[in-house]
Amino acid sequence: MKVKDVLAATGWELLTPTLPALENEIQGGYVADLLSCVMAGAQPDQLWFTLQTHSNIVAVASLTGVAAVVICEGAAVGADTVQKAAEQGVVLLRSAAPVYETVKQAIALGL
Amino acid sequence: MKDSLDLLARLGPGASLSKIHELIREVTVGQVMTSPVYTVSSWDTMEVVRDSMRDHRISGLPVVDNDELVGLVSTADLIRALEEGRVTASVADYMTRKLVCARTDEPILEALRRAEKTGVGRMPVVDAEGKLRGVITRGDIVTGLLRSLQQAYSAFEQQRRPHYFFEALESDETSLILRYRVRQGDFTHGGHASARIKQALLRIGASAKFARRVAIATYEAEINLIIHTTDGGHIVAEIHPDRITVVAHDSGPGIPDVELARQPGYSTASDLAREMGFGAGMGLPNIERCADEVNIWSAVGVGTRVEMIFYVPPEEIQPE
Repeated sequence: MKVKDVLAATGWELLTPTLPALENEIQGGYVADLLSCVMAGAQPDQLWFTLQTHSNIVAVASLTGVAAVVICEGAAVGADTVQKAAEQGVVLLRSAAPVYETVKQAIALGL
Repeated sequence: MKDSLDLLARLGPGASLSKIHELIREVTVGQVMTSPVYTVSSWDTMEVVRDSMRDHRISGLPVVDNDELVGLVSTADLIRALEEGRVTASVADYMTRKLVCARTDEPILEALRRAEKTGVGRMPVVDAEGKLRGVITRGDIVTGLLRSLQQAYSAFEQQRRPHYFFEALESDETSLILRYRVRQGDFTHGGHASARIKQALLRIGASAKFARRVAIATYEAEINLIIHTTDGGHIVAEIHPDRITVVAHDSGPGIPDVELARQPGYSTASDLAREMGFGAGMGLPNIERCADEVNIWSAVGVGTRVEMIFYVPPEEIQPE
């Protein structure tokens, strides 16, 4: 399943502009707010679910090669983070629901 | 435009034009023509022509009677019929019978030459038996040429990508040094050096997996410089054909107990850093997991030097 398909099926919000990474194929997900855990555990092509919104999540997403970042609980995301993500081709999605419910949505889609 | 110039430059002088010519010659009319086509018969009225042109947004229609191509009717012919107030007249009265045709199997360059010589904008395309197979316009030809250039360029790019790590560089011992300054407290640029090192490795032929391993360890070292140093430090990556050494060094404060710092979960990160998701105490363990060798030297009041060595996977090493 592609990032754009998940976006369409869940109604999550797309924070970044239309990027080529919307075509990324997703293979499961990873949940953590500790960046070192993400660096150690997140695999390329996973969705990364987090509450972190500062600009360093872009570096973490880009270095680990995750398919997209899903920011949960409708957390406020600064313009600097969005801009950096757009520059580095990292897709930022936002769900209004808490992490648990957000992940359940992804699971319901078969991820 | 830049891409095609680049292609010319890369194909080399002399060889370039003939190579491109060869590629273009391979494209046939059949590959770029529009097919199937809308047609009318010579006993249809000009009204039928008008409706078809309007509905399909086209400016010319081949005229076919009993499966045989007998003419071509264009917008110019239609305008003439409209001016004369004879839209109910038959197509036979207005169509052009002298046809300039293209053949499905001929190169598009030949078709283009014929179109230019005769001044026609569109040509019916016929097969070896003279049966109508499609229509080709100058626009179709240009699109076809551009597409074949694009394909040639992609194929060329693919071919030019290094197959082995450090291909194309030769010396008794080649290495490349990338140096980055990392500032204390500069979370905004955290990951800047690691991202650039990763990009550099990919560009010179490393696999995504290997580049990722180096980038993750480097990121942890980079973040440590941002969080824990008094005055930031440097990341220096030295790239050899068979290994990569990344050194993160700073001038203080130094680690009192290196063994303790290496333990998973141990961290002295500030509350601010922890709020941002740092300080999990997983930095050094992550580095040790990703790097093949890790050497840490530290003295309180002097500074810290973390050296990480990554061996290029055997299958990525350029053969002798």
